[in-house]
Amino acid sequence: MANTKSPATHRTAGSNSQEPSVPGSTSTARPTRSNTLPLRHPRLPRWAGWLVAGVAAAASAIVTLSLGWGLVGWGILAIVLFGIALPVWSLLVENRRAAKDRLVSTLVWVAFALAVLPLVSLLATVVENGLHVINAQFLTYSMRNVIGEGGGVYHAIIGTLLITVAAAVISVPIGIMTAICLVEYGARHKVARAITFLVDVMTGIPSIVAGLFAYALFALVFGPGVRLGIGGAVALSLLMIPIVVRSCEEMLKLVPDELREASYALGVPKWRTIVKVVLPTAMAGIITGVMLAVARVIGETAPLLIIAGSTDSVNTNLFGERMMTLPVFIYYSYTQPGVPAEFGQARAWGAALVLIVIVLALNLLARLLGRVLSPKTAR
Amino acid sequence: MTTTVAPSARPKRRPGDVVFAGVSWAAGLVILAALAGVAIFLTIEGAPAFHAAPDAYFGAKNLVAYVWPLLFGTVLAAVLALLIATPLSLGVALVISHYAPRRLARPVGYAVDLLAAVPSVVYGLWGIGYLGKHLTPTYEWLEKHLGFLPFFAGPASATGKTILTAGIVLAIMAIPIITAITREVFLQTPTLHEEAALALGATRWEMIRMAVFPYARSGIVSAVMLGMGRALGETMAVAMVLSASGIVTFNLISSDNPSTIAANIALQFPEATELRVNALIASGLVLFVLTFAVNFAARAIVARSARRS
Repeated sequence: MANTKSPATHRTAGSNSQEPSVPGSTSTARPTRSNTLPLRHPRLPRWAGWLVAGVAAAASAIVTLSLGWGLVGWGILAIVLFGIALPVWSLLVENRRAAKDRLVSTLVWVAFALAVLPLVSLLATVVENGLHVINAQFLTYSMRNVIGEGGGVYHAIIGTLLITVAAAVISVPIGIMTAICLVEYGARHKVARAITFLVDVMTGIPSIVAGLFAYALFALVFGPGVRLGIGGAVALSLLMIPIVVRSCEEMLKLVPDELREASYALGVPKWRTIVKVVLPTAMAGIITGVMLAVARVIGETAPLLIIAGSTDSVNTNLFGERMMTLPVFIYYSYTQPGVPAEFGQARAWGAALVLIVIVLALNLLARLLGRVLSPKTAR
Repeated sequence: MTTTVAPSARPKRRPGDVVFAGVSWAAGLVILAALAGVAIFLTIEGAPAFHAAPDAYFGAKNLVAYVWPLLFGTVLAAVLALLIATPLSLGVALVISHYAPRRLARPVGYAVDLLAAVPSVVYGLWGIGYLGKHLTPTYEWLEKHLGFLPFFAGPASATGKTILTAGIVLAIMAIPIITAITREVFLQTPTLHEEAALALGATRWEMIRMAVFPYARSGIVSAVMLGMGRALGETMAVAMVLSASGIVTFNLISSDNPSTIAANIALQFPEATELRVNALIASGLVLFVLTFAVNFAARAIVARSARRS
């Protein structure tokens, strides 16, 4: 392109390469466009987005003030103006493709903001309403013989931890071994394909159905009206196993075949290859998957409402009597707060905050473990 | 144990291999047994309700008349949720994987992971204690300006406990789940594909459309499917947010709303006795069949569209 024939294009190409991204340079390029392509497309300057954003914000502010809309109206109008102005400018200076790119960028960021706002609001609301409820008494007292003010969530925390740990003990080994079976042993096996398919189906099992399953199972043995902590664990593991299997399967599939082949080439047995090469490589992802699974089931309410029931006292026996859990505590405290209602509802917000903190702590711990255990690769 | 499916021919079987393969196959079969167990036990416990008196159905004539409005509400809420959640989740996933600078993307990714873990009952608490109240002006506006549409016919609910609120809460719950998966898939797009597209002069959006989306298609479908699973079966958020009267209507903003199967079970089960328990379990069986069918269809789509490696 650089060694073109006419002197006119020489000049144009040179000027284009020396002063990039100046919209004015298009005018010098225009006479020769029929002969040859310009070296660079005209581009909007780097600060174009900021300029348009500022103008849109200002214009929106003027309209908002004159019409008396609120802050929300200002935000919406500013975004709409920005979303129209930038692509149009780009269309005039650059080309259709670039304009489309800018429009999509705006849409993507708007979708992001729309999705994040409620999540931020959720956390803010829970912290705002829950923080003042939490004190030493709240964390170390049960609700036994408490009417009105006072009491706490100790019994619910104990129940939640016991049931969740029991569920994890049931489902993590089954989940990981199944994933290994699917990826390492049954890649083209009919039964393995059926398992993959049905695991996918199981991920869609509603939590309440899992609760009904556990109830139906235990009711056949112990008679109708049964309420047991271990039943809750069975219900939760039914929800947890498919999540563990799916995430582990994905992670095992990501392990490059070269690693396995290298191991086989050294004469390492298949099971040692899996334990020593495949699993360590995928460990970070597996831990993340298990973590997500635990985090999902620890807040599961519906199955526990059905099979674990609710009680005001501490119960540490998974195999006897009703067991209170944090989610069920939140639900009953808010919907049946007692008289006066404010104390029960305050306890619900407090318990919600405790539950969220437990979940976040679990998550951070798992992240840390995942980072420590993952092999040092340049990914 | 027929485990000789591995393509590489191997002369002798080591005992370690046999044991390990056996254990992993057993784990897989346990899952099959569990799934079969769900169907079997729900049928056993639900069967007595099939020919029960109207009292077992809380006043409805028979099982079909009892379950149909609930089924309608379940599907309506889930569809609303996915209509809202899918585009937003793709946006969030794209921001994290391709748009945000890496310094920002990492913490945002962590934050989304953490939010996937926020329990449903907390979303319900937020929906009833915060969102519903703040949405009522919007509902009044919708009734006034878009009231000619059957969806917004009104009268607008004064408490905000409508099916639309429930749908929004469900969408917010589904966003972290859909995002978590699609983001992972987007990030796994081979860098070479992306760089090749960019080197050919594609804009960032064209690169995403040509390199990232085709690679991620089955991942996106399965992510939306997971979100759908959560929305269909989600119990507590709906039970807390919705003020249900069990009618069939497309009116999204009034205070008369269809209930959902899951929410209905959660509300009725703790106090139910005798045949009512069986009737509720039977409705749970319907929900199970519904989610099974949805997942079956989604899986079929994924299997047909995904022909990669």
